[in-house]
Amino acid sequence: MNAPDFGTEHLGTVELRIPSKPEWVAVARLAVAAIANRLPFSVEEIEDLKLAIAEACTICIQQGTGIQTIDIMCDASVSQLRVEVRDDRYRTLGAIGGEKRPTMSVAEGEGLGIFLIQALMDNLEYNSDPKYGTELVMTKRVGA
Amino acid sequence: MDIKVHVRESDDDAYVVELGGEIDVYTSPKVKDAITELIDQGHYNLVIDLEKVRYIDSTGLGVLIGGLKRVREHGGTVNLVCTNPQIKKIFDITGLVKIFGIFDDEAAAKKALA
Repeated sequence: MNAPDFGTEHLGTVELRIPSKPEWVAVARLAVAAIANRLPFSVEEIEDLKLAIAEACTICIQQGTGIQTIDIMCDASVSQLRVEVRDDRYRTLGAIGGEKRPTMSVAEGEGLGIFLIQALMDNLEYNSDPKYGTELVMTKRVGA
Repeated sequence: MDIKVHVRESDDDAYVVELGGEIDVYTSPKVKDAITELIDQGHYNLVIDLEKVRYIDSTGLGVLIGGLKRVREHGGTVNLVCTNPQIKKIFDITGLVKIFGIFDDEAAAKKALA
């Protein structure tokens, strides 16, 4: 994974690790909403972010047999919020093989979740592999 | 995080499922159970009231789609009551506005079942 291009002033990075269980997805959703609230996003844009992050966590849970945790890393800058969501298998194994693997196309992806993320966010990179785990990297620009 | 599910029989042979709260990967199984139970009992014309739903994700949409597919096999349908712009937006971008009847109030949703 390349270093993020913040484009404008970097405000800060927030990292959150949740158990890979459905009851914890709401925590990630609300945390990202609180972070987005620090940026000049509209209420509608924050709702989009909440849904996209929840969908990403749900995809990690549904595709990750045996995973224990999900990491959510938010990089906030003046003009955008970049969010990385990855399961613990990707964290430990994905870095080894991940760079060689192409980004999965949405057509190969799973259902409505990916479709919604792509519709609600400005950019999405999606990697998922039974061996290497799941990673979603997405960006939402302010006022886009 | 909460979900409230209330099922009641309407006076015109339809069943109304009132949902409230948040429908996500954690709470959607409870919604699925309620809808499945109604269908298993032979009720194929359903109104699902989303007026008190603050949030719905793809798993919630999946439950509604699954319910609609099952009732259609028996000649029934599912109409929704929803005025929340954020939730209507989700139905819009997924194209589900073309699949479900979405109405502003329960009376209109029930009338469209007939």
